[in-house]
Amino acid sequence: MENKAAIELRGITKRFGSVVANENISLTIRKGEILSVLGENGSGKTTLMNMIAGIYHPDEGQILVNGEEAAIHSPKDAYDYKIGMIHQHFKLVNVLTATENIILGLKEKGRYNVEKSAERIKQISNAYGFEIDPHKKIYEMSVSEKQTVEIIKVIYRGAEILILDEPTAVLTPQETVKLFQILRNMKQDGKAIVIITHKLHEVLSISDKVAVLRKGKYIGTVETQNATEKSLTEMMVGKAVSLNIERPETKNQEVRLSLTNVNMTNKEGVAMLKNVSFTAKSGEILGIAGIAGSGQKELLESIAGLRQIQSGSILYQNPQTGKEENLRDKTPMQIRNLGVRLSFVPEDRLGMGLVGNMGITDNMMLRSYKKGKGAFLQRKQPKSLAEKIIRELEIVTPGSDTPVRRLSGGNVQKVLVGREIEAAPTVLMAAYPVRGLDINSSYTIYNLLNKQKENGTAVIFVGEDLDVLIELCDRILVMCHGQISGIVDGRKTTKEDIGIMMTTVKNETGNEESK
Amino acid sequence: MKVKHTGKEPLIRLSKRTDISIFQAIAVRAAAILIALLLCSLIVMAITGGNTGFFQVYADMFKGSFGSSRRIMMFLRDISALLCLGLALAPAFRMKFWNIGAEGQAIIGALAAVTVIKKMPFLPPAAMLAVMLCASVIAGAVWGIIPAIFKAKYNTNETLFTLMMNYVAMQLVRCCVILWERQPGSNDVGILPAGNFPKLFGVDYGINILVVAVLTVVAYIYLKYSKQGYEIAVVGESVNTAKYTGINVKKVIIRTMAISGAICGIAGFLLIAGTHHTINTGIVGGEGFTAIIVAWLAKLNPFYMLLTSFLVVFLNRGTAQIASACGLNSYASNIIIGVVLFFIIGCEFFIQYKLFLRHPRKKEGV
Repeated sequence: MENKAAIELRGITKRFGSVVANENISLTIRKGEILSVLGENGSGKTTLMNMIAGIYHPDEGQILVNGEEAAIHSPKDAYDYKIGMIHQHFKLVNVLTATENIILGLKEKGRYNVEKSAERIKQISNAYGFEIDPHKKIYEMSVSEKQTVEIIKVIYRGAEILILDEPTAVLTPQETVKLFQILRNMKQDGKAIVIITHKLHEVLSISDKVAVLRKGKYIGTVETQNATEKSLTEMMVGKAVSLNIERPETKNQEVRLSLTNVNMTNKEGVAMLKNVSFTAKSGEILGIAGIAGSGQKELLESIAGLRQIQSGSILYQNPQTGKEENLRDKTPMQIRNLGVRLSFVPEDRLGMGLVGNMGITDNMMLRSYKKGKGAFLQRKQPKSLAEKIIRELEIVTPGSDTPVRRLSGGNVQKVLVGREIEAAPTVLMAAYPVRGLDINSSYTIYNLLNKQKENGTAVIFVGEDLDVLIELCDRILVMCHGQISGIVDGRKTTKEDIGIMMTTVKNETGNEESK
Repeated sequence: MKVKHTGKEPLIRLSKRTDISIFQAIAVRAAAILIALLLCSLIVMAITGGNTGFFQVYADMFKGSFGSSRRIMMFLRDISALLCLGLALAPAFRMKFWNIGAEGQAIIGALAAVTVIKKMPFLPPAAMLAVMLCASVIAGAVWGIIPAIFKAKYNTNETLFTLMMNYVAMQLVRCCVILWERQPGSNDVGILPAGNFPKLFGVDYGINILVVAVLTVVAYIYLKYSKQGYEIAVVGESVNTAKYTGINVKKVIIRTMAISGAICGIAGFLLIAGTHHTINTGIVGGEGFTAIIVAWLAKLNPFYMLLTSFLVVFLNRGTAQIASACGLNSYASNIIIGVVLFFIIGCEFFIQYKLFLRHPRKKEGV
């Protein structure tokens, strides 16, 4: 029996300038069903959902809600049509409680009564299996709790149609399982659910149907039970792709970087790194796992000379001179001048690794502009480097002078990784290098990292997808609340083991303490 | 469901343009200027009750700048003064350092030049000019460095800081004017006895024009082709990227503001040695603020600034001429300048965005 249609899209087209983000898309979202929207980056998933949620307006085509043509001009209109979207980036007020955030901006009848609202929130929580304390403040919450607040917020407003944009990107495997159970409960309740995700195994486990987009066009909808990871990838990419990540054997391992008892506190005096000690060896990929904000960023930035640590040591073994260099309390420029070939692909690509308004050539110069005598820039070499990277990494761009912010996420990342690898590093640190990248680009990046490993570079890879970490890395370091909760062998460990370590810290007496 | 909307699109929708050609962009700007001029003429006709002919307004406007050879020289002199301040602002603005203290930096530069004339009357003319230039550059640079140091060290707000420094500079001038005035209470220092530019090839203000022309080229090359110019651009785009690259952000902020202040100091020096030969608190005449418009309209490109400063000075002189020809006061000229700038700045919106009206076919639905 087919369920009733909640939303029907007919011939939706959306253009941004000359770029067609969505082209003539027709799609049906049904009640009591979970639909996954799948597609590579830039295939127009988020644009399409934003039109349903009232953030954009389609250039052509109609949106039908419950069989009637609807005009959704703003997120408020969307709520009136009982459509709620949970965005990737949370929109919550930190100093308010869960309840206050949920009722914020609502015009309810009667007097303002937090207790009554909290009571309703509890009812909703019980009905679907959420675990939430309505009086807890947002800043005290974990990422998964914040997401729960966002979901309850839209249900509280009466949403019957829920759109979730990459909800699992920030969750541990255990939290993902919980979220999926809640989504199933909501489905039972007759709600229509749309979920955007990149992770194919999640698509297969949660959804009833999968709608695939490719380059702004609608390719088709398939029943999940008839689909496999391979068939979905082929629909998405348009050709057969190998889904195995290679892991060459490690060889000639030497210690390249060693950290001992590193402690770091941020400006507010909160300890971000506590007694961190580990070594990175040449010819291996060391993975770093952990919930977002567990100190991964601080760790890499401390090594790169961007943050000051309070105690501990960071030592680098120079393979050319055999000398040991102390990297602590040095600026990036001083580190480079020591002859330390340390490359760093930061998490924030356009905010830290590159300059969005500059072309590829000028971005290549970020590393090398000081070279050469005199007060003037040498643009010749960076230009040929830019052209080489465009050619070798197949970067899609109108030219080497087009501002990089106009490129798609995958191409931006290739520019950044390409530049860092061109510096022939002996240590390469990459923070979330495949975040937001589509399958093809991700595999390009994995291959580049593997090539570096085979060349004898010590690669440090901070990742969020545990499946990838386990397939790609030789050793995996797990962080939790700024501490190392364990270092495991990538060939032997399981996702569940890492998941537990991500939320549990060993305290000093050796007893395990759950947080 | 409490939906009250019908299936209508919004009446007007915006979409960002990415593909506008350079000719289209020029056409939009030209259209904006034409409409603005048309409107100006109508306004003047309305104010004067139809006593002014439609084309008379344009003739007067043109006369203001090009009416006589003397006026042409003054026109060029004013352009060079405004352009010089615009050039001073360009590096600071490119670094996203909101220096609105060009006025004060120029005033203090002028004051330094006058101090040299007053305190070292024994210097021969050439040496006098050289010492004045050095004093002005140093004074302007110091006035720029002070807010920069506070910004770099304590992250203070540079907008407020540079603005306040204007008033400090002005009060210093007021104090010195009282010390130096010819008759107590006259507020008049009189024409200074030394430190004036000679004519260049027999042309008044020739040196002013030459100095600023050279500065324009130097500023363009500095911003586009030098390592320091590159550092300024990176710091302006993203402080985090600059740190990641290993740029010493504090050093760049302080160095760039020293340059910005120093060029303002040169502007002050030119005003003393080339233009006014005297000093009072209004010597820069608000040009330090007008230069902000000049710089931004030109998107911080020194050569475009030539055009924008031309436009602003042309309007200033033209509207002043209209006002005096039609017996109006300076408010009328301000209105006209306002109208023209409104259109010129407003047309950028149409270059960035495209408007869509509601689809006609939608009207029959629902």
